[in-house]
Amino acid sequence: MAQMLLRTPLHDRHVALGARMVPFAGWEMPVQYEGVIAEHRAVRADCGVFDVSHMGEFEVEGPRATALLQATLSNDVDKIGPGQAQYTLLTNERGGIIDDLIVYRIDAFRFLLIVNAANTETDHHWLKENEIRGSDVRDVSQEYALLAVQGPRAIERLGLPEAAQFTFAEGEIDGIQCMVNRTGYTGERGCEILVMAEDAGDLWDRVLARGAVPCGLGARDTLRLEASLPLHGNDITPDTDAISAGLGWCCALDKEFSGVAELRELKARGPERKLVSFLMEEKAVPRQGMAIEGRGEVTSGTHSPMLDRGIGMGYVRADSATPDTELAIDVRGKSRRARVVKRPIYKREE
Amino acid sequence: MAASETYPDDLKYHAEHDWARIAGDEAVLGITWFAQDALGELVHYEPPNEGDTIAKDSAYGEVESVKAVSDVIAPLSGEVLEVNAKVVEEPETVNEDPYGDGWLIRIRMTNPSEADSLLGLDAYKQVVAEA
Repeated sequence: MAQMLLRTPLHDRHVALGARMVPFAGWEMPVQYEGVIAEHRAVRADCGVFDVSHMGEFEVEGPRATALLQATLSNDVDKIGPGQAQYTLLTNERGGIIDDLIVYRIDAFRFLLIVNAANTETDHHWLKENEIRGSDVRDVSQEYALLAVQGPRAIERLGLPEAAQFTFAEGEIDGIQCMVNRTGYTGERGCEILVMAEDAGDLWDRVLARGAVPCGLGARDTLRLEASLPLHGNDITPDTDAISAGLGWCCALDKEFSGVAELRELKARGPERKLVSFLMEEKAVPRQGMAIEGRGEVTSGTHSPMLDRGIGMGYVRADSATPDTELAIDVRGKSRRARVVKRPIYKREE
Repeated sequence: MAASETYPDDLKYHAEHDWARIAGDEAVLGITWFAQDALGELVHYEPPNEGDTIAKDSAYGEVESVKAVSDVIAPLSGEVLEVNAKVVEEPETVNEDPYGDGWLIRIRMTNPSEADSLLGLDAYKQVVAEA
């Protein structure tokens, strides 16, 4: 059975721009326009715009909204006030990662969650099951479009004021009302703009007119991997945990949430495997699923446009996780040398 | 810059989107415009070794873009005389000039009559149209 693919409000604009459309997480999405490498470089050098309207949005509100989020999310949501955002994990009872997401605190009793497209239904179901009296979770994904505008000149091109990372505010771009979030998935400065679905086309046109280069999911993946940002489904999953993934920093182990006991124990005894970033020392492109000989497995791999080398992430035995450890990747039967590097794999010189 | 879509009429084609330029008992091999366009910008070329023998319809190397890796299928059997070192160093050469500077290997044919089974321009264009 062919599955009906969902389309974002910008679908026709992508097609008109000559984008190559591919199925992704149940959506028909642009993987590239001109080319992954050119789009990647545009974001590192200036400004690119991505349609990420496939991502899910939930509103969580009520007098006990905070209690619900404290019980289901790994990070301490009481550490942020209105206008602030926080990276956090939705964890299962074993401490596995159901999803990674950003929570935006609108006010004391109201939050917005932006989650991965592929997990929207699962997350919604999980939160609904855990709902308590005085908290209400609503999936509002269909009401919004989301544009990520990223790059060293993104904020300037949009005519927005400077603001701290992980903050957000109501904003206006060329007369279009939106919510401007100082977040992203590229390792660059920039923002993610939440806009009513019916205004998405106008906003997209304005952002392009301001000089942003349209970028597809291909560049989104190479950018996030250079920045050592994990991808849910590849690098983190319901069967992997935050401690092994190096995401302990977003787990408030001093509060109670789903799976916290397992995570405390893992932290105390030390994980057997750790998620590392690595750089190829030989010409070869690592890919998801390849063996890291004698030590583990690649969870994400690509070619880095900035370093012009293969890069990747993967789980290795904890004794092999220190930077500069030599690894060998089995690239379709050929052993290729790689080296563990500090995160991020690539950072632009400021 | 990527080349625009062309299929020269002096080449022989293989349905797996490879081409051969035959001269005497030698042939130069590469991938077609359609193949490089489907892959996107190439970032890696894994060539055979000079002196290797390659067999018609079997993989002799790999080309890889950011998103995907693909075997390169030999349109003819032969011995590898030369690997295009420029493409090893700068794989994007294939995108820029798939039938010229972006050739992949030069071989001495071991069974020149195999060329009779390859596709001419019109037959290959039909393959592309149906792809």
